[in-house]
Amino acid sequence: MERYERIFFWFSAAVLGLLLCCLAYITLFMDIHLPGHGGRIMPKDGQPLATAVLVTPPFNHPGIHEIGPGRYEAAVLAMQWIFFPRKIEVPAGSEVTFRVTSTDVIHGFFIPGTRVNMMAVPGYVTVETYRFRHPGNYLLLCHEYCGRQHQTMWGEVIVK
Amino acid sequence: MSTPIVYEPDRAFALPANQRRLISLMLYLGFAALAVGVVNGLAQALNYADIDVFRYFPGLHTYYEGLTVHGVFNVIVLTFAFANGFVSLTTARGLNRPLNGGLLWAAFVTLLAGAALAAGAILSGHASVLYTFYAPLEAHWTFYLGLTLIVVSTWLTSANLFLSLSRWRREHRGERIPLLAYISVVTFIFWDIASVGVAADVVLMLLPWSLGILSGVDPMLSRTLFWFTGHPIVYFWLLPVYVSWYAMIPRQVSGSLFSDTAVRIVFLMFLCIIPIGLHHQYADPGISPGLKFVVAGLTFVVFLPSLLTAFSVMYALEIGGRRRGGSGLLGWIFTLPWGEPSVAAQILAMLAFMLGGITGLINASYSINLDIHNTAFVPGHFHLTVGSAVALSYMGITYWLVPYLEQKRLWGKRIALAQAWCYFVGVLIFARGLISGGLAGMPRRTAISLIDYPLPPGWREAGILTGVGGTLMFIGAVLFFVVLAMTVLFGEPTEIADIPFTDTIEPPPASGWLVNLDRFGYWVAATIVLCVLIYGPIIYHHIPPELYSSGSTNY
Ligand code: HEM
Ligand SMILES: [Cu+2]
Ligand SMILES: [Cu+2]
Repeated sequence: MERYERIFFWFSAAVLGLLLCCLAYITLFMDIHLPGHGGRIMPKDGQPLATAVLVTPPFNHPGIHEIGPGRYEAAVLAMQWIFFPRKIEVPAGSEVTFRVTSTDVIHGFFIPGTRVNMMAVPGYVTVETYRFRHPGNYLLLCHEYCGRQHQTMWGEVIVK
Repeated sequence: MSTPIVYEPDRAFALPANQRRLISLMLYLGFAALAVGVVNGLAQALNYADIDVFRYFPGLHTYYEGLTVHGVFNVIVLTFAFANGFVSLTTARGLNRPLNGGLLWAAFVTLLAGAALAAGAILSGHASVLYTFYAPLEAHWTFYLGLTLIVVSTWLTSANLFLSLSRWRREHRGERIPLLAYISVVTFIFWDIASVGVAADVVLMLLPWSLGILSGVDPMLSRTLFWFTGHPIVYFWLLPVYVSWYAMIPRQVSGSLFSDTAVRIVFLMFLCIIPIGLHHQYADPGISPGLKFVVAGLTFVVFLPSLLTAFSVMYALEIGGRRRGGSGLLGWIFTLPWGEPSVAAQILAMLAFMLGGITGLINASYSINLDIHNTAFVPGHFHLTVGSAVALSYMGITYWLVPYLEQKRLWGKRIALAQAWCYFVGVLIFARGLISGGLAGMPRRTAISLIDYPLPPGWREAGILTGVGGTLMFIGAVLFFVVLAMTVLFGEPTEIADIPFTDTIEPPPASGWLVNLDRFGYWVAATIVLCVLIYGPIIYHHIPPELYSSGSTNY
């Protein structure tokens, strides 16, 4: 019995190790990353957080900006209970870098059908880049509870 | 190979009657919380089926208020009450000595007071912050105080267990700690270290903030401290159930546990790998991807003790099934005592846990988690773990525990059996619904029945399965309460002298290095070193905390 137990242990460990190697491979060689860190926004003494956010680039001009051929940056504010802007339009095939922050509580930023899935934490900027290959209307959802009207907090990414 | 019968007159140990009483009260408090929790659960399941019933609930202001009740009552009040009561009993029985009555009483009263304060805050609409209470969503101070008291009650229970153990040690120098007591005590040592994160968060930051003493909070520090505890808390829910699966179920099926040492190592592995809560923050800013990957690796290591548990417990079941006349490769499965509700419920719970483990591996898998992070997949996963592996095992344990505590025969054995199957089938359908919904992008924690965008493809089917399965689970839970209430009120008085626990085929060696498994100091030190290595740099980075986030009570 002890022998079976030992075999079972090492077999399990090997399977888990293999899975971990696959994950490392995906990250290192297939360019699929977790959402990244895009810096901090710290209010100065006594200043409300929302004010600090609105004077910090790129959130002083929220919206979509072309930063190169086929490349866009989307600066999006998450606040109770809207995304600003609510609608993001990009041509099919473009690569969009989302920069998201919150002006109040923690929100989510999730585009079902893509791997854009991240948290917006007050005082932090979260970054994720994604290439929209196929045209269509994508939902943009807040998927972290953020108060009474949380379910109304959604937007759209329109890929033409 | 001997299988001693359940009642051993020469070894039997009877807990003093007043201590029994306190343990039953602790359990009933937990089950009262569960009763409220499952009513809200039903409303939530129907919500995902696009049926809005919670607006008819008296006194409930929003979906999220109900969801807060569901989370806090089910996974904080119920689980802590059960751990306090059940593990106190197993420690006392393992050591063959009574507990400290005063501490037992204090643990019960603090738990009751804490639950009442938190419930009051939630039900009056001043704490709709869900059971994760992420700052800067701000609850009334009574909510934080209530939670603090609930945690304090588990610390009082720990003190009680440690006191008993140290007395026992003084009387039994050089002896190995009996297995039943060992795994019970490790469960609480584990939790004491694990709970430090949330305790620091609530006592040093959230409570003073809600009282107006601090002007704001550091949301990322709060979130990180929360998840320091929020990951291992799931093992605090699970380990009391492992105590039953390892130490009681083998006896209940006429089997034996094979290796004593393997069980001790499993529990120590859970203890040492506490600091991996960062895997709940894969999608967060402000934490380096390298550290996230290290934590993913450690998270994979914690699958090992559970895989070993599957091995050991299944082997114990096989021994039982064969002793009961089962033969062939799988014949022993059918000779297990499926007619015993306590056994049936817990074997079904183990089956659910296998599915829960597999889905958990997906959550743990770093970038793959991005497909399902914060979607309905997640509650789909954890109703297979805490919502059934744990909850259904609690119910199964109750089927012998309450008769023992009350000295009454179990009422309605058939109903109890139907209960377990109904809940099990229910949770399979329910979880299938939520998991497929999550894969189709359906978010969790959302009043789906109130959304104003058209339902995306796949959500409706997922929601219907969730609603149907959730209704079956609810019926299963109601049957449980019927059996429980009838047993307590009208059960036929009888004499049950002892609780069922197993012998081991390979007893613990009395000398050699394995004796060190019982020297908790080493293992606690190792745990603390790992915690400091992983969390030290993050916490250091947040000191002094930047209290820039002033809070919102918009709920
Ligand atoms: C009748 C049985 C039950 C039903 C129908 C049910 C239903 C649900 C549903 C539909 C959700 C998802 C709500 C959402 O994300 O919006 C949920 C969440 C949850 N359930 Fe259950 N549940 C049941 C029993 C349990 C039990 C026994 C436990 C634990 C012991 C449990 C623990 C939880 C937790 C921790 C959450 C997460 C709450 C949150 O996201 O804040 N549930 N439940
Ligand atoms: Cu939200
Ligand atoms: Cu975890």
